Amino acid sequence: MVENAIHATQAVVTLDVPIQGIVWGSIITVNMWAKSIGTGVVFLAAFLWFRHNKEDMPNLRWAMPIIAFLALNVFLLFTLIDLHQPYRMINIFLHPHWTSSITVGAWLASIFLGLISILMFIGVGEKFPGVPFKGCLLTKFGRNNGPLYEKLMPFLIFLAIPVTTYTAIIMAQSSARELWQAPTEVMQMMWAALMAGSAALIFISGEWTKEARKDLALILALSTFFSFGMYMSEYFFSFKSSEAEAVLAFVHSGGSYNIEFWIGMTLGFIIPFFIAVGNMKSDNKTLLKFAAILALVGLFLVKDVWLKIPQMLPLS
Amino acid sequence: MKLGFLVDLNLCMGCKGCEIACKVENEVPLSTWRLRVKYIDLGTFPDTRRSFTPLRCNHCESAPCERICPVSALHYLENGIVNIDSARCIGCAGCMMACPYGAIYMDPETNTADKCTYCAHRIESGMMPACVVACPVEANIFGDLEDDHSNISLYIMEHKGAVQVRKPEKHTNPHHYYVGGGNQTLNPLAHQRIEGYNLFNNITHLDHVGDKNHGILDRFLAPFVGHDTPDNVSFIESATSEESHEQEGGH
Ligand code: SF4
Ligand code: SF4
Ligand code: SF4
Repeated sequence: MVENAIHATQAVVTLDVPIQGIVWGSIITVNMWAKSIGTGVVFLAAFLWFRHNKEDMPNLRWAMPIIAFLALNVFLLFTLIDLHQPYRMINIFLHPHWTSSITVGAWLASIFLGLISILMFIGVGEKFPGVPFKGCLLTKFGRNNGPLYEKLMPFLIFLAIPVTTYTAIIMAQSSARELWQAPTEVMQMMWAALMAGSAALIFISGEWTKEARKDLALILALSTFFSFGMYMSEYFFSFKSSEAEAVLAFVHSGGSYNIEFWIGMTLGFIIPFFIAVGNMKSDNKTLLKFAAILALVGLFLVKDVWLKIPQMLPLS
Repeated sequence: MKLGFLVDLNLCMGCKGCEIACKVENEVPLSTWRLRVKYIDLGTFPDTRRSFTPLRCNHCESAPCERICPVSALHYLENGIVNIDSARCIGCAGCMMACPYGAIYMDPETNTADKCTYCAHRIESGMMPACVVACPVEANIFGDLEDDHSNISLYIMEHKGAVQVRKPEKHTNPHHYYVGGGNQTLNPLAHQRIEGYNLFNNITHLDHVGDKNHGILDRFLAPFVGHDTPDNVSFIESATSEESHEQEGGH
């Protein structure tokens, strides 16, 4: 019974039923993280082809769709395994409910993966005629339809925007978690895609011209800088919603996820920013790769924390 | 017709009869609830009072759970009930993220989302919800909000300024009202725990969302090989494992 003094405006609650723990956990973090890579490389490829000659980045044509294809498959796999009834995923296509961002996202991401697969067949078909085996119909189709690549690319870039941002709308539709607000999350997803996309392409940029690599470093620096700025302002100044404020006050006070958040921020944003800025002056491939690894690891950690912390608050 | 609930907290004595009636009527599995009676303690010893608040789905007019459900498993009925079709649910838990009241749970037996349906099956055959029937003091008042002569409308008229809903700032427009409530009763942020506990630490969490025998692989294999069904022991274990947030609830 209450023996402590308690303010008249407060009550002592007894949480006498078990509360669901974190419902959307690290599986969803992998989902978001992999999707950032999958769409990010498309944005970056478009930017690089706009700024440079194709010969400056000789492997981009076939490597970009392969990276996107792999990342998007990881993303879809983790979407599927998070469902408690995975085989019923088909219901999203048979009984779509269009007010749900989950539905819109699943449709768009599937179309996006389809288009990326075509680019991959073209890229691989042209570059490696015998892969995966001689007479493969898909790569044969790719080899015979090279010009389709350029025709599909504008649609892909256009589609990459909603595919990147729809998860932010899911978070906004999650009315119970006030920390996730639409405008900020939408932009965070865009920055995350640019960050993950530039980091992923850094690994295949060894043979590129210095100027092209410099552009990758530029995008990595810009995206880490702006994303960091947004996280900081959300982390310290989310005053407009009482629930977000309560959650953040607990995290600020050294509660769960505080350390992970700052490790993620330092590894994924602060250090890669300085390395990337330095790399725009002096081209150091090894250091840039190191920054890319850190950025990908840090992005995962911070996304994981941001996903989980608002779920800590008992809702009733 | 728009069906609604009103609970007069001045009448509620915390017997939890409604909670039990709901469990029995809807076969709500152990470790989960469609309706729970929260209790809070007000004041400082010896001048204290315990207050009870039955909590269930609010059947919001603008329901975030319905909006986010990708397959319309959550849907409106014409009488305003936000109903759920568990046969269609894919178990994405989007609705659990969207409901600001924590009214939805993942049924550990069916591994689909579930919640209070205002006993839609009883309403269909002209009966009152089970929790209304069970309440010995008639603290639960149920009826048509669009009928000015229904019990609930008359009650709301009678208590005009004193009728409240939970979390009005979420603009969900709940069809579930309280008389005799206050900020301490209805707002979870006005709650505190004592002796080193707060709203975030040492909380007893379910160690698994849904059925703990339904891990990732089981979800794919279950249709072919089946898997262990939850029994009382596993529920009791899962209901009593205390976890910190570092060990997430699992999924
Ligand atoms: S209370 Fe929650 S579950 Fe019920 S209708 Fe509103 S949002 Fe949906
Ligand atoms: S868990 Fe089921 S009811 Fe809830 S949003 Fe997903 S499909 Fe709809
Ligand atoms: S109306 Fe039915 S389902 Fe809802 S709380 Fe009452 S008994 Fe449970």
